[in-house]
Amino acid sequence: MSIRLAAENRKARPILGLPLPSDGARRKPGLDTISAAPLVDAARNPLLTSDGSGTHVRNDTRTERLEGSAPNSSNTRQPHYARRKKVFPKRVSGNFRRFKWLVMAITLGIYYLTPWLRWDRGPFAPDQAVLLDLANRRFYFFFIEIWPQEFFYVAGLLVMAGVGLFLITSTVGRAWCGYACPQTVWVDLFLVVERAVEGDRNARMKLDAGPWTARKLVLRLSKHTIWLVIGAATGGAWIFYFADAPSLARELFTGTAAPVAYITIAVLTATTYTFGGLMREQICTYMCPWPRIQAAMLDENSLTVTYNDWRGEPRSRHAKKVQATGQSVGDCVDCNACVAVCPMGIDIRDGQQLECITCALCIDACDGVMDKLGKERGLISYATLSDYNANMMLATAGGSSSVNPSLVRTADGLFSDKVAHFHVSKIFRPRTYVYMGLWSLIGLGLLYSLLTRDRLEVNVLHDRNPQFVTLSDGSIRNGYTVKLLNMIPEPRIIVVTMQGLQGGEMSVVGDDIKAGRSFAIPVEPDRLKTLKVFVRQPADQIHAPAQTFKFRVEDRASSESNEYTATFNAPEAAK
Amino acid sequence: MSEEHIDEVSGVSTTGHEWDGIRELNNPLPRWWITIFYVTIVWAIGYTIAYPAWPLLHSATTGVLGYSSRNDVKNELADAEAAKSKYLAAVKSKSVSEIAADDALREFAIAAGGAAFKVNCTQCHGSGAQGSKGFPNLNDDDWLWGGKAEQIQQTITHGIRFASDPDTRLSEMPAFGDIITADEIKQVSAYVVSLSGKVADASLIQSGAKVFSDNCVACHGENAEGNREFGGPNLTDAIWLHGAGEAAVAAQVRAPKEGVMPAWLGRLGEIKVKELAVYVHSLGGGE
Repeated sequence: MSIRLAAENRKARPILGLPLPSDGARRKPGLDTISAAPLVDAARNPLLTSDGSGTHVRNDTRTERLEGSAPNSSNTRQPHYARRKKVFPKRVSGNFRRFKWLVMAITLGIYYLTPWLRWDRGPFAPDQAVLLDLANRRFYFFFIEIWPQEFFYVAGLLVMAGVGLFLITSTVGRAWCGYACPQTVWVDLFLVVERAVEGDRNARMKLDAGPWTARKLVLRLSKHTIWLVIGAATGGAWIFYFADAPSLARELFTGTAAPVAYITIAVLTATTYTFGGLMREQICTYMCPWPRIQAAMLDENSLTVTYNDWRGEPRSRHAKKVQATGQSVGDCVDCNACVAVCPMGIDIRDGQQLECITCALCIDACDGVMDKLGKERGLISYATLSDYNANMMLATAGGSSSVNPSLVRTADGLFSDKVAHFHVSKIFRPRTYVYMGLWSLIGLGLLYSLLTRDRLEVNVLHDRNPQFVTLSDGSIRNGYTVKLLNMIPEPRIIVVTMQGLQGGEMSVVGDDIKAGRSFAIPVEPDRLKTLKVFVRQPADQIHAPAQTFKFRVEDRASSESNEYTATFNAPEAAK
Repeated sequence: MSEEHIDEVSGVSTTGHEWDGIRELNNPLPRWWITIFYVTIVWAIGYTIAYPAWPLLHSATTGVLGYSSRNDVKNELADAEAAKSKYLAAVKSKSVSEIAADDALREFAIAAGGAAFKVNCTQCHGSGAQGSKGFPNLNDDDWLWGGKAEQIQQTITHGIRFASDPDTRLSEMPAFGDIITADEIKQVSAYVVSLSGKVADASLIQSGAKVFSDNCVACHGENAEGNREFGGPNLTDAIWLHGAGEAAVAAQVRAPKEGVMPAWLGRLGEIKVKELAVYVHSLGGGE
């Protein structure tokens, strides 16, 4: 059986590590069609010699041919995994590159320097401008201090960030991906290092393809070392947001910081190094959900980085020669500058694609080439789909022909008036108005809430078991857990007053406070004080099984106040 | 297996899986993904070697690192005990009124005492210490044996009418059904109720006062305000342990019911008793 199949295959391949039959064996009579028989010595094979003739093999008319091909034939076999194809982005200069340098400087500056800003909040609170004090559950942001129950401000900011992302994406496309995303910024930074150490695109490709020499080893080592240092600095900056930066820095370098600090740095060093140095564009292509979400939010009026094939095609490397033959030629000279600079390793001329983060470096590259050729910039440009479609219709004469660049130009070589260009008014359309409105509304709401929020609060929990207690003189007593929240970093004297509940009086457990209808109590800065308060009302004043009254708290110094409406329960019979 | 099918748009072959005409592309996985996949398998094997994992017949493999969640719990409990120890030492060395006067100690004792109360005391006194008929409410300001922290401690330590403790709080009201007549019981009940409320038949009160002064003042006092030395209840207040009203009082005069509380010192130890005393004292009736 195996011989027949092998005969059908007629292709020499070692099977299961067995050696190919030698030339000598193949030339044996009757075996000329066998190439890969596992049973090498056919002469000793009983299957072949049993009838003494060996016609199984020789006589094709008596051999049953089986239909079909090997499912895992090497011709059709798919690889199970694909190795990353390395991307060697070339250095480029231009307006967008300059803008990206600026964004990188600002974002990295904010990230690395913010924890070191100081903000004086007096002696009772930390002086770090931005601090997430997890141990004490306080969040400080310049003049704002947030308690855990006020975390909705952060949730509100996240909602604003979401709506803001809709707004940005609907107008300028995936600007977040191209300019501000940490992945983009850090990859950019890592590429700066790579270029500085190993040289630009061609030098890097040559180095990568070349053998392991001492020079390659030194270059690679220094590159990875610098990457790791950047990674460590990134992780190091992160933890300063969670503790007093100067003292934590001192602890870090003297080896006395908490283990969690070192672990966090180690983890963030590893992720920064791996994501920014090793994985790069794969993070965006394979792992990140944003490309999918953002692509879904684009519409025909959103700006995307676009190759304008209505003026570029048909592309030619030898424009003059082709023109001499009378054929029309587009602006694209197929110089591949746009391909060489792309950090995602794509060709923008294939059209809009998921991998494109719209970093616009191909625009810079192409503009440089256009300048040299003396043509208008913008062969690759930020364009909306509607403008692009209009221009394509123009260049293809309504879709009836292939692109003919002469259709978009006048006789003197300038663009015709019919060519659509982006106009700022496209940013202002109903969809973006809704986003802007929503964004501002949430922002104003948060701002109003922040400016009018209480910094002195009172929470009251009514005892339920027992709901009330009858005292020896017949009066009724209720118990309350009263929580006073002094939410400013200064000590305060809080006056607690009862309003309503005729004849009622308070007493406080533990403290030597003469309570009555009102008492004053000191509360530490930025702290909550819990009091157990008993309220009693004489039997003859009780007129309902459930009466309401108010706990009023007041800071006489700042005249801030707050109230809580509580219930006083009594037995039905006491009414 | 289906025949080879190449997707037109991408030029990639498909897996042969099809849903309503949509075919699954057979793209190769990124190599880093495959690498991580195998690393997780290696990690899992390493994990089962390092940590307890494989069930055996009567036990399980312990893992070469010797980790055990039971040890974790043991260590955490030991840490908690160590953290409590300075409070416990203070509770042991200080008197209950000193504990009650110290903010931090009081909070500790109330928390610990509250927990002990839930386990040991709620069966009779209720989960809110509110008591019920025959079982005293510990929230109010009426105390048979005194409401100072030390007095409460004494009560918890030795119990009430607890025969096996020689220092137990002991009081006994005779069954007056055998001593005075039924009419006298009716009269004295009317008199006692009249001290704090209204009585239907005012004519009984006068004669009831006489019965009271002949039989009851020794324990309940001349003004019927009770005597904490003997655990004699105050009969002039609004709180009735065995029920309010003439009938309930008469029943109690005829054949008194008397509660028993165990001595808790031997069972709970001095520290717990002190914590309980501070907790009960904090409920609102403490003196």
